[in-house]
Amino acid sequence: MGFVSVKYFGMIAEKTGKEIEQISFEEVGNHLTDLKTYCEKSYPGMGDIKYQIAINKCLGSKEVLQEGDEVAFLPPFAGG
Amino acid sequence: MSDKKRKKTFVQGPISPEKIANSIANHQSKTNIGAHDIFLGQVRADQVDGKIVGAIEYTAYEEMAEEAFHEIRESAFEKFNLTCAHIYHSLGTVKAGELCLFVFTSSPHRNDAFEACRYLVEEVKSKVPVFGKEIFEDETHQWKVNK
Repeated sequence: MGFVSVKYFGMIAEKTGKEIEQISFEEVGNHLTDLKTYCEKSYPGMGDIKYQIAINKCLGSKEVLQEGDEVAFLPPFAGG
Repeated sequence: MSDKKRKKTFVQGPISPEKIANSIANHQSKTNIGAHDIFLGQVRADQVDGKIVGAIEYTAYEEMAEEAFHEIRESAFEKFNLTCAHIYHSLGTVKAGELCLFVFTSSPHRNDAFEACRYLVEEVKSKVPVFGKEIFEDETHQWKVNK
């Protein structure tokens, strides 16, 4: 079974207590929607944050995940 | 000729006024430039519920952010008649009153420099995955969100 790398940033990393983890398809399946549900259940408060998702550094790029994809949960941007 | 070589945008800590002065000096040899515009973002000591922001700690999804900076800069060269465009953004801690963003555009005439500078700043604020933790003077914090 495959894995995806999941990265958390800013106020989301504060909720998860970690910046990166590997999550297996065996655990969550290979659909982004299921991964989001899994993460929001695992980390209380994460679901209250408005976030965007980047897959392999592209925003909103696909629903079906593949082995080795990098999925990033990005809270609101605050540059400048 | 445009200065399109990819270079690193992030700098650790605040952007020094000396860096800005040096950047201006470095463009004096480019005599096809007739106009520069500069935007400087500075950390503001906002007051929230009686507490004052003392600093912002910046983090980023660096690989994605560098790619986004590059794309934004490329699109500015497509939209405007630019000779040069530079973007520098801080990572790590920047105290209130210090500079966290430096955008520098140069063109033969003023309109392109003005418009491109504003375009770059707005694009950086809306499209680059940079995150800011506002640290209050009592060491509590809140997360900054761009309006």
